[in-house]
This record gives sequence, structure tokens and C-alpha cells, in this order.
Amino acid sequence: MQGYIIRRMIATIPVVMVVMLFTFTLLRIAPGDPAALIAGVEATEEQIEAIRDSLGLNRPIHLQLFIFFRDSLIGDFGNSITSGKPVLELVIKRLVPTLSLAFLSEAFAVLLAVPMGVIAAWRANTWIDRSVMAFSTIGFSIPLFFLGFLMIILFGVKLHWFPVAGYVAPTEDFSRFLHRLIMPAFATGIVVMALIARMTRASMLEILREDYIRTARAKGLAEKMVLIRHALKNAALPIITVIGLGVAGLMSGLVVTESVFAIPGVGRLVVDAMVRRDYPVIQGAIVLISTTYVIVNLLVDLSYAYFDPRIRY
Amino acid sequence: MSSDLTTQNSSAILELNRREKNIWEKMMQIFGSNPSMAAGTIVFMFMVLIAIFANILFTGDPNEPHVKDRLQAPSSTYWFGTDFVGRDVYTRTILGTRISLLVGVTVSLISVSLAVVIGLLTGYYRKVDAVVMRIMDGLMAIPSILLAMALMALLGGSVQNVIVALTVVAVPRTVRVVRASVLSLREQMFVDAARAVGARTSRILFIHILPNTIAPLIVLATFLCAESVLIEAALSFFGAGTPADIPSWGSIMADGRRYISIAMWVVVLPGIFLTLTVLAINLAGDGLRDILDPKLRHRL
Repeated sequence: MQGYIIRRMIATIPVVMVVMLFTFTLLRIAPGDPAALIAGVEATEEQIEAIRDSLGLNRPIHLQLFIFFRDSLIGDFGNSITSGKPVLELVIKRLVPTLSLAFLSEAFAVLLAVPMGVIAAWRANTWIDRSVMAFSTIGFSIPLFFLGFLMIILFGVKLHWFPVAGYVAPTEDFSRFLHRLIMPAFATGIVVMALIARMTRASMLEILREDYIRTARAKGLAEKMVLIRHALKNAALPIITVIGLGVAGLMSGLVVTESVFAIPGVGRLVVDAMVRRDYPVIQGAIVLISTTYVIVNLLVDLSYAYFDPRIRY
Repeated sequence: MSSDLTTQNSSAILELNRREKNIWEKMMQIFGSNPSMAAGTIVFMFMVLIAIFANILFTGDPNEPHVKDRLQAPSSTYWFGTDFVGRDVYTRTILGTRISLLVGVTVSLISVSLAVVIGLLTGYYRKVDAVVMRIMDGLMAIPSILLAMALMALLGGSVQNVIVALTVVAVPRTVRVVRASVLSLREQMFVDAARAVGARTSRILFIHILPNTIAPLIVLATFLCAESVLIEAALSFFGAGTPADIPSWGSIMADGRRYISIAMWVVVLPGIFLTLTVLAINLAGDGLRDILDPKLRHRL
């Protein structure tokens, strides 16, 4: 087991290195002078030179690569061009809204989608099953920013149940903080919910055909017990894999939701940086977000042994 | 003799008619047994027709501001209303169909073609595999919208660049699918047999292995098309997609977001077009998967 954990951890290193190499190369292969590109059309020659200097673009390329890798390892992604603050500090400052939103979205998704999938498989080919599948197909198809707007129009503008947009820090007023996060979290969770509901249904459908399920029913166990103890536990692996995969969708989702609902999180930071071509922020945020994704997937992989004791590495 | 020929001809014509009828009947049968696929295909074809005939269907210049008629609700003059500078939302939405479908279809075609070549080579040659797949893993670790936006921030806003950026997003996953099929196919008996009779590697790859990877690829292509339409809309929504003078569903909705409480039509109507298009492609893709990959029929 320990050997497996170490091997899996080592396997993530090349993935993160490729991400870093990619973000490093991106700016250098862009057509034209990267410093001029970042500075914008109205910049003076001195401003362009200052940017070139601050990004170290006038050093030899292999030295730039070495410095980039060395600094990234200690979390130094340089300073933002627009605010002048260190990138890591900017990201950390915005972690609370993003992590709370991510946690709430994933919680919504798992708590609603798993029962939906279980019931759909239990009542396969009935209207319940078809409604769950229809919901999941629509969940995949509706653009997140459109769903966000529809929710704003319905629950914010018409019904006044939730504020239209904005964010309150949890330290300031915890109930208002939660109240403002419910709508964006639900919107972000929909795509993940669609994915988990489908996988739960598919996985449960297969398990429900197994002999031991028939045995469990034959010995007179309550249906709830059969479904949860015997079926769901055995159907768990693919569902957990999808929950892990859903994190990627969630991360893309957060970028969109934070902009639509005006939440000052990491996603919003990246979007603003892209619009302003604040390259150090783009670079640092991509490396940090992708590394988080890689770590989450590593944890999902390692959790298999816990959920299915038959797995021995 | 001549009567013989006539009989032969007429029986050939009959046979041909029967076959044509069979194809038609088969299609009807498929659509009949899978109504959601039929609905998806019909809506998608309808959108394609709108895109083709957009010039006939729209009523004027999409960028012309009717300053006196700003934020007008849908009416007989402005079917979908007007936006905050008085541009006709109907004209812009109809023209937006073009961009969305152009991007969706082109990205899925280019990425599937590229992925076939890369996937065949990586699946067959183990030495290439290790390097290429690590690159693909790295690209897949970056959330798709961030990757697309980062590329657009550097390349600049244009339709071609949107296609390039979305292809970079789509290729890694497509390569994975092709590679996975190739890995299992290369161990099959018919590949050994081809090798034994002295077939060249290119022949084995393109004549023996490639045709067997087509079915999952067609299904994947439809989902790539749907995803590309969605990401293009998101890019344009953030102002990182198509240039401002070319209307795209995402940019029309972005223009309407500030006035959502007084003029929701600017956001809702293009949004419905976008959702319907993506839903249609997904439904058609689900149906295709059921037909082409019967093993998966009962699974997802």
C-alpha cells in the first residue's frame, strides 16, 4: 500500500511539470513581443521595457525556464502587473469564497445526485427514471452563465428570495454569507450533479442485477437496506471516480459563476487577469488550480482501497 | 432475350427501390425507437438551416444602433427586442447561430482528425506513447475554460483563434479515446494475422485498426461539438472570444447582463437558442452511442 501511494505521488510530478512548462511556453510562443502584448497598444517603449525587465524576458531562455521552475517550487509566481502584489498572496486572499463555493456546490451535487441516481436505477424505465435522465441531459446542456442568469431573474429579481449578486465575508455575518452563496453554489453544482446522477444510476443498474442482491431480497431484508448497504456500497467506486472527475467541471464552473454572481474568488481573479493580460497572475493561477486538480484526483485514487477493501495494491 | 433483359432491369430497379425503402424504413425505425434522438436531430438540422439561410432570415445590420429604440421589449418590429444601444436582438441571435455551429463543427472535425493521427501513433509505438501521453495528461489537468481563455488572451480575439484554442482543449481527451481503442486492438488476432502476411505498419494502422475506432469517435465528435459550442459562448461572454462586431450568443448575453432586471429578453432569448442547440447535439450523440456502441446502451 505504502509503495503504491508513493508511486502514485511520484506519477503526479510529470503532470504538474507539463502544466508548468506549458504556461511558461505559452507566453514565449505567442506571436509578437510578449512584453508589448501585455503592456497593451498605448504603452510607451519605457513601459514595455519595464515589463520585459520585471518578467525577466531579456534573459536567455534556458535561464528563464530554470528561474521559473525554481521560483514556482517555493510558491513565488512573481508580482501582478496591475496591482504589483505577489501572485500567491492574491490567490490566498481569494481562497475563502472559492473554497466555500466549491465545497457547497460539491455537497449539493453529491447529496442530491446520489439519491436521484439510486432511485432512478431502482425504478428503472419508469417516469422517475426518465425524469432523472432528462434532468441530467439538460444539466449537461444548459450553459452555466445562462442558468445563473435565469436563477437571478427568478429567485433574485422576481421572488426576492436571494440577493441578485455579491458576497459577504463569513467573519462579517455568517448567515448572510451562506444566504448569498446558496444560489451560485446550486448553479455550479448542476453540471456535477448531472454527471454523478448518471454514473450512480448506471453503476447501480449493474449491481442490482447481481445474485447477492437477489439473495439479500430473498432473505427478507428491507428494500432500503438492500439498496444502501448491499447495492450502493458496491456501486461506490465509479461514483467516487466521477465525483473526482467532477472537480474539474467544478473548477471551470467556478470561473463562470464567480463572474456572474460577482463573487471575489480565484476564478474572478483569473478572468480579470485574462482581460487585463496580467500574465504572472494567469500563469500562477493556472499552475495552482491545476495542481489542486491533480492532488484531488490522487486522493480519489487512493480512497479506492478504503471504499473497496478487496483492492490491495 | 429482350424480355429477359427487361425483367432483369425491372427486378434490379425493384431491388434498388427496396433497398432505398429499407434505409428510409431503418431510419424511421431508429427514430421511432429513440424519440429523443429524433428530436435532437431535427432541432440540430433546424439550427443548421438557420445558420445557412441567416442572410435571408435576418432583418438588417446586426450592429446598427437604433438609438431611439433602446431596450425595447419584443414586438412586431423587433421580434426579440433590442439591447442597450438599440441593436436588434433577433438579427444578432440568428447570425450568432452561424458562429456557434461553425466553431462547434470545425473544432470537432479538426480535433478528431488530429487525435486519430496522434492516437494511432501513440497507441502503436510505445516509445512515443510515454512522452505524448504525459503532455496530454498535463493539458487535461488545466480546466478547459481556463486553458481556452489563456490561449485567447495571447492569440487575440478572432473566430480562427477560438477554433485553435478549443482544438487544443479538445485534442487530449480525443487522443485518449483513440489510444485506448488502439491499445486493445493491436493485441487482436486480426492484427497479428495482418502482420504475419507482411502488411506494412501504415496499412495495419489505417486499414485494419482505424476503421475499428470509428464508432466511439463519431459519438465523441458529437459531444466535442456540444462542448465547443458551450465554451465558445462562455469565451465570448467574457469578451475573450469572437471580435465585438461579429455577434455571438455569448457576447449578446454579456451585453444584456447589466440590464437583466429591466430587459431580460436580451439574455434569455439567445440563451434559449444556445441551450436548445447544445441539448439537441447531446441528444443526438446519446442516440448515436446507443446505436454504435450497444454495450453502453444500458449503462449511461
